[in-house]
Amino acid sequence: MSEPDLSVRLGSLRLANPLIAASGCFGYGVEYADVVDLSLLGGVAVKGLFLKERQGHPPERIVETPAGMLNAIGLQGIGVHRFIKEKLPELRDRRATVIVNICGSTLDEYVELARILSDAEGVAALELNISCPNIKEGGITFGCSLNGTFEVVSAVKKVTRLPVIPKLTPNVTDVASFARASEEAGADAVSLVNTFLAMAIDIETRRPVLSNIVGGLSGPAIRPIAVRMVYECRRAVKIPVIGMGGIASARDAIEFLIAGATAVQVGTANFVDPFIWTKLLDGIREYLERHGIAHVSALTGTIDTTSREKQWISS
Amino acid sequence: MPVDVEARVIRNTRLSPDYNVIALAAPEIAAVTAPGQFVMVKLGRGSVPLLRRPFSVFEVLRTGDRVDGISLLSKRVGVTTDMLFEAVEGDVVSCLGPLGRPFEPVDPPAEAWMVAGGVGLAPFATLTEALRARATAATLFYGARSGGELFYLDWFESRGVRLVLSTEDGSIGDHGRVTMPLERHLRAATGSDTTVYACGPEPMLEAVARVAAKYGRPSQVSVERVMGCGLGGCYSCVIPVRNGREGHHYVRSCIGGPVFAGDEIVWD
Repeated sequence: MSEPDLSVRLGSLRLANPLIAASGCFGYGVEYADVVDLSLLGGVAVKGLFLKERQGHPPERIVETPAGMLNAIGLQGIGVHRFIKEKLPELRDRRATVIVNICGSTLDEYVELARILSDAEGVAALELNISCPNIKEGGITFGCSLNGTFEVVSAVKKVTRLPVIPKLTPNVTDVASFARASEEAGADAVSLVNTFLAMAIDIETRRPVLSNIVGGLSGPAIRPIAVRMVYECRRAVKIPVIGMGGIASARDAIEFLIAGATAVQVGTANFVDPFIWTKLLDGIREYLERHGIAHVSALTGTIDTTSREKQWISS
Repeated sequence: MPVDVEARVIRNTRLSPDYNVIALAAPEIAAVTAPGQFVMVKLGRGSVPLLRRPFSVFEVLRTGDRVDGISLLSKRVGVTTDMLFEAVEGDVVSCLGPLGRPFEPVDPPAEAWMVAGGVGLAPFATLTEALRARATAATLFYGARSGGELFYLDWFESRGVRLVLSTEDGSIGDHGRVTMPLERHLRAATGSDTTVYACGPEPMLEAVARVAAKYGRPSQVSVERVMGCGLGGCYSCVIPVRNGREGHHYVRSCIGGPVFAGDEIVWD
């Protein structure tokens, strides 16, 4: 058998493989250029960008918890204009497939960001951050309302030809309904999950560990919940689902693909092992060969629930 | 360019019930480490602890001309440092490095005054070697809670470093904080061109930066913030750095530091 084909399609966007560096966990990509060949990744989702620079929250910004971590960075960032001027050229030179994660406080800001980035050379897709749990004024207000999700996706779709991928929050009762609202608004794919709203307290001082009091939980601790949510969304929509949440090995990535993901994002595990990418690719390739699967996309959604389907799972 | 080395424990020396020095076979890192740089360390393959932890490279270990590895000076404060304390010869410790902006050693006739608080001694062995190579006169102001927590005094003395010791319980040297003898010496040292280097708890760094500035000396301080990745990916280890007259912006201490000029940091 020849080498399995790892390429995947997200609407009009073709990725060399299903591995994407998750936004907020990979800086602007250029920070990792010395340790990772960025062109080997399916995509690089850069840190969430607002129109303007943002300072972010004061420290402490992270704390480790069992098999995971909380973060409340507060979207510190250089703003879209400096990104285009200072970071995008190097990403282009390194042949990275760049997915720009954008955040706004208002609908107009998302539209403006989409316009600006559509004119920039070297942007492959837009990921709409409507799910950051750590800032009050940001897109979470869109991401927690079905109407808001529909409105922001359709408004952005009107002004760009780039594939539009809303990133969904798990902090809602029914994620699948938000995937459906995204699809109805014309989204090319959805990505999920962002982090779970959580907190940690120092019992000696009785103070919250994070300056923001609450933060988002990521890492292996959340993986089974994320897998379930990807599974639910896959059943709800026809557009591709990008799965993430605690992936730390090829096994974990494959689990998401089987649950229904077309591609996956890896975040926290990249902090632990910045050299993880080739290990993940090798592991996925080995699995496909062992199972005689010629194309990785043939794995998507192949979960076998024969005679196990439970009535309560939402349709 | 940092590398990830599965480093074998060569030996683990317990200095006290809390402190140990662990020698690791990581010649690839040792060969390119600049003074004050750090490694991100992970023990075990499991998810607890999940994240790596930053440690200054303590010694670069050599046999003759051959570079054997690095050592880390560790104090037990949590899961990873407990595991480092308990590690035995042959265990494997994953080390990613070397990372971060190093100290800039001064050349003669300038002098280097190093100020260490507790486990903040860690980056000063590599700095001492760099200063020796330049024949720069070096002094170590070294403070700890008690005399039993002052380590490696012979190591520094045998390399020509003048020692000025202080303890909070007064058991050795000055009774009190390390900044007391530092200020006394700065006041007395008229005419000498001195750069102050510091590593230790942040309140100590702030005090050192202030007293150095008071006597018109430049300072370089090595900070330790809660760090997620060590490569600039997560934006968790930020420290406020002066920006214009009033303002500040957050700089990632993993790639913008851990060494900063003492007067560029906005102390809380």
